[in-house]
Amino acid sequence: MLRIKNLQAKVAGKEILRGIDLSVNVGEVHAIMGPNGSGKSTLAQVLAGRDLYEVTGGEVTYDGQNLLALSPEDRARAGIFMAFQYPVEIPGVSNMYFLRSALNAIRRNRGLEELDAIDFLALAREKMKGLEVEEGLMVRPVNEGFSGGEKKRNEIFQMSILEPRLAILDETDSGLDIDALKIVANGVNALRSPERAIIVVTHYQRLLNYIVPDFVHVLSGGRIVKSGGKELALELEHRGYGWLEDAVAAGQSA
Amino acid sequence: MPTPQTEIEILANREYKYGFVTDVETDTVPAGLNEDIIRAISAKKQEPEWLLDWRLKSFRHWLTMKEPTWANIHYPPIDYQAATYYSAPKMVKPGAKSLEDVDPELLKTYEKLGIPLKERELLAGVAVDAVFDSVSVATTFKEKLGELGIIFGSFSEAVREYPDLVRKYLGSVVPYTDNFFATLNSAVFSDGSFCYVPKGVRCPMELSTYFRINAKDTGQFERTLIVADEGAYVSYLEGCTAPMRDTNQLHAAVVELVALDNAQIKYSTVQNWYPGDKEGKGGIYNFVTKRGKCLGVNSKISWTQVETGSAITWKYPSCILQGDNSIGEFYSVALTNNYQQADTGTKMIHIGKNTRSTIVSKGISAGHGQNTYRGAVKILKGAEGARNYSNCDSLLLGDKCGAHTFPYLEVKTAKATVEHEASTSKIGEDQIFYCRQRGLSAEDAIGMIVNGFCKQVFRELPMEFAVEAQKLLGVSLEGSVG
Repeated sequence: MLRIKNLQAKVAGKEILRGIDLSVNVGEVHAIMGPNGSGKSTLAQVLAGRDLYEVTGGEVTYDGQNLLALSPEDRARAGIFMAFQYPVEIPGVSNMYFLRSALNAIRRNRGLEELDAIDFLALAREKMKGLEVEEGLMVRPVNEGFSGGEKKRNEIFQMSILEPRLAILDETDSGLDIDALKIVANGVNALRSPERAIIVVTHYQRLLNYIVPDFVHVLSGGRIVKSGGKELALELEHRGYGWLEDAVAAGQSA
Repeated sequence: MPTPQTEIEILANREYKYGFVTDVETDTVPAGLNEDIIRAISAKKQEPEWLLDWRLKSFRHWLTMKEPTWANIHYPPIDYQAATYYSAPKMVKPGAKSLEDVDPELLKTYEKLGIPLKERELLAGVAVDAVFDSVSVATTFKEKLGELGIIFGSFSEAVREYPDLVRKYLGSVVPYTDNFFATLNSAVFSDGSFCYVPKGVRCPMELSTYFRINAKDTGQFERTLIVADEGAYVSYLEGCTAPMRDTNQLHAAVVELVALDNAQIKYSTVQNWYPGDKEGKGGIYNFVTKRGKCLGVNSKISWTQVETGSAITWKYPSCILQGDNSIGEFYSVALTNNYQQADTGTKMIHIGKNTRSTIVSKGISAGHGQNTYRGAVKILKGAEGARNYSNCDSLLLGDKCGAHTFPYLEVKTAKATVEHEASTSKIGEDQIFYCRQRGLSAEDAIGMIVNGFCKQVFRELPMEFAVEAQKLLGVSLEGSVG
């Protein structure tokens, strides 16, 4: 589904990604881990199409098409969703209206009929269950005055409405207490499906106790330095990132 | 991939849809301004002596005045002798009683503007007075309103039919000596709307005036006077458009509102005069004096304006809160793009006890637009218990535009409360990206963000106008949910 080959990117003239290779198949859950500054979030943003980042080399295909040539909205309409590390506030625009507009933009693009307010409300109520999203949150302006936990739950709620084929969670666990983390993880797990791939970007292993990945990749210095199964995350928990970085440095100097 | 910046430009550069010219034969006075011209205008309108005297008094005073320069707007000197002060489509006879007397070309014009004048095609619930250049073309639903004792129609007609009412209130809120542009208007005003709602009557429909400038090099100087007698209520809407021309045209209107005891007037404007082209050529110079007087106790005057047009906007709809417990409100959205300049705001003058005022101003600047909020809150000595709340927010789209805020405050009693909040923000790349990541186009994203920014003002507008205002800002309509 997603093929990343030798992807390189920089921001403000600084090289961040130095050759990423990664394949994600439908139905799989991949965790991308790594120390601060390793390029995890950059990778997520580049996949979503943020133009702050300049792609300087490599290629990315999504369902066989050149992903890098698509605008952010076309990527979203093709089924890519990113849960933001810092969800953005949009004052005066109700969460409900925002989300219905987004869903209808995607549906239009796929030749589906748009949902009216009543049908949308029914869908939203259905999806709210289990995420502990209160209905009051829906009529409030997008993310404005939301607590950190509410913002993250709102991201997952949006994801459940938009039903992406490829979901990218960018440090969704940051700033969450354990209860909020469980709610968010349950929401994500409910979306696991053979029809969908999920990439979980995280600094800590903690989230992976609840969202158990099929594959774990460790990013360091803009490259994937180690890949493995879910046990790799546990190893990182015990040993930290230092030993991997040392090993990479040794390998480079040898 | 289009960047947000170019999308902002596309939005800002949308074409003006109302720029066509109607080909009608006109009755026009020669260009220039002197006492003979004023006499000629007055004679064409078959005015009584007292009104001609008032005009001449105004003109003589105007000659002693200087054009104000304190506003944050810049334009080449206006040649007041080059403009034409009266132009009327020939086929409209003064006092035309039915639409059959109106040139079909004119009716077509209003249809094109989306304002059909045939009552059965009209939105039920809105009565329209259509003003074309210097005269009122038609007023709808007059009879129905008449049954309730409500007087609604052209100013000229009111002068003929209700001279005592007009004489009593004309200039009572904006005296002929008030300011350069109001004084000019007092000398040369052509037509406009007049409305009187009698004691205890709640006007059952929205009253509306639609102003259209058509003739070239002609100024429009209309005058509106609305009086709500004790316990009356009226909601009034004003809309305006003009053809695209590459010379600037002057519009200097005066609006006076009077609310007696327990009366309420709600005045809403969607101003869409031609703003000029992308290089800033052409467009209307809009110098308007709007003021309401809450004369009676417990009265209320509420101004809501959406200003998207004009090359220059100079406009401060204000309230004189004279009656005890009276309330003044000002809700404003002003959008400037390309080379538009707006210097707009309000004055709230608290005289009576326990008077309250609310000011909510939203300025949006795009392109090279310059947007200034200028507001004054004056609380006089006797206004014990007065309260004011002001909130002025500015939104910048792009990095070549400007936003400025000048709040003035004068409080002469210790027993008053004044609050002021202000903010300036730039439309965020991260906001736009967030919307696009959810599948919305950059243009829709900007529209949505701008619309959200204006929401506090839009919700004050009557339904039909709120829709038009949102469309004007290039936004899709907010849904019924939320």
